[in-house]
Amino acid sequence: MTAMLEIRDLHTKIGDTAILDGLSLTVNSGEVHAIMGPNGSGKSTLAQVIAGHESHLVTAGSVTFFGRNLLELAPEERAREGIFLGFQYPVEIPGVNNAYLLKAAVNAKRRHNGQPEIDAFEFLKLAREKMKLLDMDPGFLNRAVNEGFSGGEKKRNEILQMAMLEPRLAILDETDSGLDIDALKAVAKGINALRSPERAIVLVTHYQRLLHYIEPDQVHVLSKGRIVHSGDKSLALELEKRGYDWVREVANA
Amino acid sequence: MSSNPTDIEGLVNRRYQHGFVTDIESDSLPPGLNEDVIGALSAKKGEPEFMLQWRLKAYRHWLTMREPKWAHVHYPAIDYQAISYFSAPKSDAERPKSLDEVDPKLLETYDKLGIPLHERAKLAGVAVDAVFDSVSVATTFKAKLKEAGVIFCPFSEAVRDHPELVKKYLGSVVPYRDNFFATLNSAVFSDGSFVYIPKGVRCPMELSTYFRINAANTGQFERTLIIADEGSHVSYLEGCTAPMRDENQLHAAVVELVALKDAQIKYSTVQNWYPGDENGKGGIFNFVTKRGDCRGANSKISWTQVETGSAITWKYPSCVLRGENSVGEFYSVAVANNMQQADTGTKMIHIGRNTRSTIVSKGISAGRAQNAYRGLVRIMPQAANARNHTQCDSLLLGKNCGAHTFPYMEIRNPTARVEHEATTSKISDDQLFYCRQRGISEEDAVNMIVNGFCKEVFRELPMEFAVEAQNLLNVSLEGAVG
Repeated sequence: MTAMLEIRDLHTKIGDTAILDGLSLTVNSGEVHAIMGPNGSGKSTLAQVIAGHESHLVTAGSVTFFGRNLLELAPEERAREGIFLGFQYPVEIPGVNNAYLLKAAVNAKRRHNGQPEIDAFEFLKLAREKMKLLDMDPGFLNRAVNEGFSGGEKKRNEILQMAMLEPRLAILDETDSGLDIDALKAVAKGINALRSPERAIVLVTHYQRLLHYIEPDQVHVLSKGRIVHSGDKSLALELEKRGYDWVREVANA
Repeated sequence: MSSNPTDIEGLVNRRYQHGFVTDIESDSLPPGLNEDVIGALSAKKGEPEFMLQWRLKAYRHWLTMREPKWAHVHYPAIDYQAISYFSAPKSDAERPKSLDEVDPKLLETYDKLGIPLHERAKLAGVAVDAVFDSVSVATTFKAKLKEAGVIFCPFSEAVRDHPELVKKYLGSVVPYRDNFFATLNSAVFSDGSFVYIPKGVRCPMELSTYFRINAANTGQFERTLIIADEGSHVSYLEGCTAPMRDENQLHAAVVELVALKDAQIKYSTVQNWYPGDENGKGGIFNFVTKRGDCRGANSKISWTQVETGSAITWKYPSCVLRGENSVGEFYSVAVANNMQQADTGTKMIHIGRNTRSTIVSKGISAGRAQNAYRGLVRIMPQAANARNHTQCDSLLLGKNCGAHTFPYMEIRNPTARVEHEATTSKISDDQLFYCRQRGISEEDAVNMIVNGFCKEVFRELPMEFAVEAQNLLNVSLEGAVG
């Protein structure tokens, strides 16, 4: 069976600085992976490289999505193929209506899949449904994208977009950062509701906190641009106890 | 594009009906400007004596003036003696025979703008026969306006048929001595539109599609005069979203609006003259004087403009708020791409008590373009409780363009309240990546952000036109990022 996401010996640079240094990872449909690691270990880089951010230069290795070379696709093509990145810092876009962006995104994907565009009525109905799941106020749709949103609102908005776009692979970059406990629970509830046998979720996180609410199938520890340790959910607990210094020791050994 | 294409067809016919082409083709004046030329021009149009005298007064005054140099624009000196002040449009023989002979790039643009086929031919200057038998549509238009008592006709016709109105109002807002370009226009104006809305009448239609085709023939020194008598309303739409072919490089138009007591005038413009190639070669110089006079109490004049064309735009639609409680508004989107230069803004002159004005200016710069907002808010000593709110936003696309803001305020009454807000922003790579990660192409993302930026102005445009303006903006900024 072809894996959903297959990363082999990936090396990347920003400018002259090497970031990912021989990273390999396999993710299959239905799985939830957690990528953990200290600051600067390359977690966010991994998320961005998969999404196609152009500031990263891939110098060696391969990334395939259902056997297809992902690195030759533009970011929007990857998105339409079903790759979703939940941003750590969702950007504000003043003047652009949240609903407008969301509908444009949904329709871009539909066109790509040869489906008819969603009409305004159907769209609103769907969006309201998903928002309910995330305890979001419907007024949200009429605000400018992320403008003046609180940290929690921004993250919920990311999950709303994910729910609307129904990606095959969702990479959630530090979705738990900056959330209070209620917001964290709401976001986790949303993510759990989106777990499915056809979908894989990669949680990039610094803390184990989120994993109390979303149980991963696999946990990977990233250090200096490569995965130094993989295990089941118990690894996250061990990490919490022993700290990242322990990982560094493993990495240096 | 137009909800009712047959309106346009009617207008195609209309031109032939009046025989403009055959009339004009018979003679055209050699380049150069002197009193004889003005005399010939006036005679050619069959103007009454008062019109000729007014032109001559303007010409004599113009000779004493100097071209203004204060605007933030640069262009080679204009040789006013090299211009033909009465030039016939290209004869049919010189024009493309069909759309097959027209620059494919132009056709592509029409396609993107969704312009109906038969209209494309007209806009591209193809020698079309009036094949559409729809004189009746134009007639219906005219009948409807006539029933309401509205006068809407070419300026030259108004000079002949309604001399008393022209005499009374011409130059009463923009005097012939006003400024270099307005004075030149006063001396040599070619044609334009004349509108009179009688007391208490709400004009039964937007004066828009009607004008659209008309505009192609008004020449480089256009003159428009709109008078809204007491308690009347009119919405006037100038220009066209389609890029228009034009041989004249210099355009110096004058627009005068007069709103009497309780009257309202809404004047919307979409300007899309040829901006020149990527190096700015061959573009139109657009030096326009537009001014509205809120002459009566409780009157209101609102300017909305979307400016995407011309190599150089020099334009400040203004309001003189003379009547008590009168209101002036200015909503503007000015786009400058490639080598375009725009120096545009408004003047709000508060004279009456309790006068209010609103200015919303959105400037977009891309390529190597320079975009300047220049605005004046003047509160005269007698204008007690005057209020102004100005919002002036600039959006930059890329690294090589510039945005400049020159707000002037002269406040001579202590009860005035004047607010000015200004922002400058850039479309960031992060914004684009965010949109692309959601499956939206870079071009669509830019359009979305730009349209979001302009929203406050677009919503002032008549509905159908707002959609066109949005498309136009997208086309104008194509390839501006990336």
